Amino acid sequence: MRYVFFIWLLLGATVTLPAATLRVGKGGNYPTIMTAIKAARNGDTVLVSAGTYREKNIIVDKRIVLKGTGYPVLDGEKKYEVLSIKADGVVVDGFRVVHSGVSSINDMGGIKIYDSRDVVIRNNILEDTFFGIYTQYGKNCTIENNRLTAYAKEEQQSGNGIHCWKSDSMHIIGNTISGHRDGIYFEFVTNSVIRRNTSFRNIRYGLHFMFSHNDTYLANHFERNGAGVAVMYSHGVKMYQNTFEENWGDAAYGLLLKEISDSHIEGNTFIKNTSGIYLEGASRIRVVKNQFRNNGWGLKIQASCMDIEVARNNFIGNTFDVGTNGSLVLNTFNGNYWDKYDGYDLNKDQVGDVPYRPVSMYSMIVEKNPPAMLLFRSFITSLLDKTEKVFPSLTPEGLKDNRPMMKKLF
Amino acid sequence: MKKIIKYVMADILRNRIVLVYLFFLLVASFSVFSLEDNSSKGLLSLLNIVLLVVPLISIIFSTIYVYNSAEFIELLVSQPLKRRTIWISLFVGLAGSLSLAFFVGVGIPVLLYEANLTGMMMIGVGLLLSIIFVAIAMLAAVRTRDKAKGIGVAIMLWVYFSILFDGLVLFLLFQLADYPLEKAMVGISALNPIDLSRILILLQLDVSAMMGYTGAIFKDFFGTTSGMVISLSVLLAWILLPVWLSVRNFNRKDL
Repeated sequence: MRYVFFIWLLLGATVTLPAATLRVGKGGNYPTIMTAIKAARNGDTVLVSAGTYREKNIIVDKRIVLKGTGYPVLDGEKKYEVLSIKADGVVVDGFRVVHSGVSSINDMGGIKIYDSRDVVIRNNILEDTFFGIYTQYGKNCTIENNRLTAYAKEEQQSGNGIHCWKSDSMHIIGNTISGHRDGIYFEFVTNSVIRRNTSFRNIRYGLHFMFSHNDTYLANHFERNGAGVAVMYSHGVKMYQNTFEENWGDAAYGLLLKEISDSHIEGNTFIKNTSGIYLEGASRIRVVKNQFRNNGWGLKIQASCMDIEVARNNFIGNTFDVGTNGSLVLNTFNGNYWDKYDGYDLNKDQVGDVPYRPVSMYSMIVEKNPPAMLLFRSFITSLLDKTEKVFPSLTPEGLKDNRPMMKKLF
Repeated sequence: MKKIIKYVMADILRNRIVLVYLFFLLVASFSVFSLEDNSSKGLLSLLNIVLLVVPLISIIFSTIYVYNSAEFIELLVSQPLKRRTIWISLFVGLAGSLSLAFFVGVGIPVLLYEANLTGMMMIGVGLLLSIIFVAIAMLAAVRTRDKAKGIGVAIMLWVYFSILFDGLVLFLLFQLADYPLEKAMVGISALNPIDLSRILILLQLDVSAMMGYTGAIFKDFFGTTSGMVISLSVLLAWILLPVWLSVRNFNRKDL
């Protein structure tokens, strides 16, 4: 065992010790990045000075640090994938990657990671790329502080900002993404963290993930995306402290949960979305301590959901607090604050004495007959709502909060 | 003409009812804003006042006023004045004083608490509704000779515009649920000034919910500048048409 250790040490020493720095561009020995990479050995640093580099497809196949000073421009001339990473432990830092090729056969990326682990992509600016940063079979890679901007107009002809496929233990931190198809896209990605990213004005979803289990989403900001954020066919999803804002449209949701189970949604803020959260076929989810403000519908829970616990949330200024499409209710509402609650609290324990029914009759009517929205807030509809409150007939009997709070929770 | 308007306005403002109306609006608006914990909710409560009370007071007060000034009108007609001038002066006087009462009673509290686009829309719509229902009242009054019947007609018109119409539309919506009614609904809403006003405010208050599929159609129509111009012109037509018809009637009327 000791020998193995010594051999490892020796090998490691020979590989890492002579970490040379190869300079590209003005004042350097290498005119192009490709020649520098060819000359480099594992562990070397390739330092690229400012300038524009048109080198078709740059392939990084060694464990090197590729660092730009003064944001050198890597131009894909709208034909090529700009940077392909095919080695473990590569660091790409400080580049401006522009104009990648667009293809409907290959998923060309500005920066694409193939089958590698421990890759770090940080502090880059990507502009007008098809896919921004693309990872396939990546492991323990970090994508940090990049700014991705695309100018896509149609869903079919645009790629995703940060796209991860069949990857594990990824860290996506502090990126800003706009104008892509999906801001961040995960498919078959597990045990990953998405933190402090901003994703706005993307054509489809700000964040989109499928079959991606046990991931954590923290303190991200999603604003004005075509259809908000979609979370599908996954379990063990944790979402904390995210903000979902102004996702408008019939099929736009602050957060769409479809076939999700065993997940936890806490401390998020939903502002001015057509639907704050839309749940379909979801089960065993805790929605706690979230803020729902000025949404069309705070929550839309379809009858296909079960064991959803909605507790200690604030519902303020929503047109409709909760919407549903059937009378079956297998979910619990407990201890939320509803600004429309007009009950009383005789024993002054801050808990309302009569249950609150968050589904108004008119939200059921609009669900069945959308044009009826035009009559909302007219005298006749208020009258119908009041009668329904006294004698519930259309609204589901079981959907109620037995312990509505009298005061805002936080 | 100016003299008649001045006289009518002075007469109405001296009349206690309009002052009571002004005072009621003022108290209601201030209490609504100070009771609710956030002022946008106050605006919502105020919406009901604007859509129900303002048309009601406007139509009934104007009808009664026109009937009560029958003698004054007869006196004016005997003077060398055009009938058109008399009638329009009467209309301007009524509309002016009721709008003034509305502006002081609701407009000022709204400007104090919610001086944003929604608040402005509320004031604008309230002013237009005041004038529209004065116009409708004058048409109703000139067409019916009997005072009791005239007031009855005015009340029925109010009931129709603020309650029955919506009920009918809701009924139609459910009967014809299988048809794409979104675009037709835009047209139908033009048939009722109260509905049109409500939708204009709805697009400010519940914009998130209105962005759903059908909402988007309404938003595409009413929310754009051209849609706004069209809806405002429809509201103006609701003033001009009754006034024009009532002038025609008054010209031919045997007093």
